[in-house]
Amino acid sequence: MIVELTINGDPVTARVAYPGNLLDLLRDDLGLPGSKSACEQGECGSCSVILDGELVCSCLVLAADAHGSTVTTVEGISAAGSLHPVQEAMQRAGAVQCGFCTPGIVVAAADLFAVNPQPTATEIKEALAGNICRCTGYGAIVRALEGTEIVADR
Amino acid sequence: MEIVHPSSIEEALAGLSDGGVPLAGGTDLMVEVNFGHIRPEKVVGLRRLEPLKEWAGSRIGAGVTWRRIERQGPTALAEAARTVGSPQIRNAGTIGGNLGTASPAGDGHPFLAAVDASIELTSADGSRLVTWDEFFVGVKETARAPDELITAVELPGELPERQAFGKIGIRNAMVIATVCAVVTRSDDRRTTVGLGSVAPTPMRAPRAETMISSIARPTDADLSEFQRLVSEEVRPITDHRSTEEYRRHGAGVLARRLLERCLR
Repeated sequence: MIVELTINGDPVTARVAYPGNLLDLLRDDLGLPGSKSACEQGECGSCSVILDGELVCSCLVLAADAHGSTVTTVEGISAAGSLHPVQEAMQRAGAVQCGFCTPGIVVAAADLFAVNPQPTATEIKEALAGNICRCTGYGAIVRALEGTEIVADR
Repeated sequence: MEIVHPSSIEEALAGLSDGGVPLAGGTDLMVEVNFGHIRPEKVVGLRRLEPLKEWAGSRIGAGVTWRRIERQGPTALAEAARTVGSPQIRNAGTIGGNLGTASPAGDGHPFLAAVDASIELTSADGSRLVTWDEFFVGVKETARAPDELITAVELPGELPERQAFGKIGIRNAMVIATVCAVVTRSDDRRTTVGLGSVAPTPMRAPRAETMISSIARPTDADLSEFQRLVSEEVRPITDHRSTEEYRRHGAGVLARRLLERCLR
């Protein structure tokens, strides 16, 4: 079927393969490979996107059900050519190891900072509880984001 | 495949009546789809069906997400909501979807059991209210007929003054319960115990409830007897998540701690 949705501000029309999820649509059909595909069961958070204003796992969204929705992926989390303050904070702190979980962490953290510009370490940990870093680099990620005031604009 | 995006309950019911599969937050159904376990020919997308998102007093629409319940729900249900999956899962998953899946480990179920909630099922013939214990029939089996939609959860108008939720699992976050429980205590001493993950369906512990409800100020010995009765009443199994023995022990310990929280 044909779905029409808005991705990173642009109207997009795509033919979706059944029973595809939104993640596969983004990665395979729309050339947006920033969202990562790993667990395909909502456990790891590496496919996190903002769907109609809510942070969700794109692997758990039926692509056909995203018809008419607005999606922000990691590619659209900041204006073209610039970094989101969360990305800057993580880069500064070296809070990236293999990098596979990083896009999901960036989207989840951006979602947190959008409502809470100065979260505590505990709030950061709870907000990132659905994002698994298999390098176990959590310490650096939390330190990167802690104590940083980020007025995010999404 | 066909997908229907109904704009009213009536349209949703029409979609279900010819074999449509209801899709709420997708946090359960999409796992089955992604792993090729199911391949629905027709899906009824409920995510944006506004009437299901209505929450008026004791009536919680089936489409209310765990995120909203975490922020606005009654104490022990909000505590349970905060342990559902991760922020991503809580933003998508709904109380109605949790009921539709009817996992023995569903985090919302012990509260519904402890307060004697009812579930509203709607079909083209109208709505009916079924009590929680009529609703849960077996492991992932419910009283919902294929042409019925779970439209709301109905809580009693008055909830117990004190209530507490607890969950045992291998992590603090993103964990499916090994045991989960809600204990409530009213000013008239009436105590209820709702338990999850310790039987094919959510359950109560009536003997433990009766014993402790008669005591105004339980002593250590009373609490130990309460714990022992809960452990005796549960009907757990050994599976990939835990053993029967651990769950039996854990259910008693957890219920006792939650009761102690209520008594403070």
